[in-house]
Amino acid sequence: MAEIAEGGGGSHKGGKKRAKKQSTRMDMTPMVDLAFLLLTFFVLTATFSKPKSMELTFPAPPPIDQKIDQVKNGITILLTKEDRIFYYEGELRPEADDKGPKTTLTELNFSQGSLHKYLLEKNKVMQDQIKALTVKHDNKQLEDTTYKRLVRERKSDKESYTYLIKTDDQATYKNVIDVIDELNINVVGKYVMVDILKPEMDMINEKVGAN
Amino acid sequence: MSKKPSKGGAPVLDMTPMVDLAFLLVTFFMLTASFRMAEPVVVDPPSSIGQVDLPDNHILVTIDEKGRSFFGITNTTAKREALIEMSAKYKVPFTEAQIVKFTGLPSFGVDIKDLPAYIDAKEEARKTFRGPSGRGQTGIPLDTITPNNQLKDWIAIGGKKAVETYNSAKATAQKKNQAFKAEKPRYAIKCAATTKYIYVKEVVKNFTDLKIYQFNLITSLEGGGTVINPTK
Repeated sequence: MAEIAEGGGGSHKGGKKRAKKQSTRMDMTPMVDLAFLLLTFFVLTATFSKPKSMELTFPAPPPIDQKIDQVKNGITILLTKEDRIFYYEGELRPEADDKGPKTTLTELNFSQGSLHKYLLEKNKVMQDQIKALTVKHDNKQLEDTTYKRLVRERKSDKESYTYLIKTDDQATYKNVIDVIDELNINVVGKYVMVDILKPEMDMINEKVGAN
Repeated sequence: MSKKPSKGGAPVLDMTPMVDLAFLLVTFFMLTASFRMAEPVVVDPPSSIGQVDLPDNHILVTIDEKGRSFFGITNTTAKREALIEMSAKYKVPFTEAQIVKFTGLPSFGVDIKDLPAYIDAKEEARKTFRGPSGRGQTGIPLDTITPNNQLKDWIAIGGKKAVETYNSAKATAQKKNQAFKAEKPRYAIKCAATTKYIYVKEVVKNFTDLKIYQFNLITSLEGGGTVINPTK
């Protein structure tokens, strides 16, 4: 078994004979056993990383007499049960009127080819601009602060879409996080959680019921 | 290469380096280990690409699958003071021993009337805790109709105390001309993936009513290489 280095301190060249060789040997097996037992315990109980989190700002409730539906370039994403997502663009029109036809919902899902692709297309222009900025920044043509400011400006651009996320009673927290995540992946700068409206609820029910 | 003739019996192996390493690792893990008490509920948060570390100084509301909410403060000073103020507000007396024990607890999810009994309960007994009211861990009441919105009070008082503690620590450090590194308290929400969003909305409403709009939503890290960052 393991040995302890013996004859410590002896610097005599080829001097003393190692007479006590046998007596210094020690059986280390129990100690090693214990050491590994403790090691296993601590490895298994260790929590390596701090929990990660996602920062999100909720909107302040608007003053009572103010309407909030006047969002330009709005895309409303509606979440409902069974991980289903619907969206519509622009203003909500429960019935057809002189400004346009009745709002209809389009269905998306959480696979790569659906929601991700949709957002990618919608945000293509902005993403390309940000990508160009990133390339410049990587090549040291842009200062850190300038880069960050420009990216922020691009993200809050007036022409870019604002995403309104609404859920009904059945949607799960995971869906909400997934949608926000997808928006983050697609570097969307403007999104907000909003309460669902009655006509939207009815439209979802119609869709979910029909399918 | 000549082989030594074996003498028979067990081969001798020098274990010293291995033992050294084993003890080194044991020491490392022992020193880095931080022991926590078990959380009252296990929630499995959804995954996201969120990379922000959860700040150490936070006020946490946990929401489980059934929509029960649990409350916790990491800063022990703030936690202590929040309990004292809540105790005065709801006229539920706590002994000094209970207050001390409370500061060591992770989050809790009982009515404040049951809290003294919950604190006194043994750790193993907390899982099946029923309490004097017999309702047990039904989550902190956030009833707005009766009204019995204890969660809102916890958040308001806990938040106030956490900020006060932070400010006083900062002032003390400045007086002594020391570097001050602590973070401002943040509000965190931890929620199970399968929880209906409507429960989260209810909790968030309590926060927004108190003019708190920024949150850290706790998520687990996205696994695998599925995330493509288009900015890269």
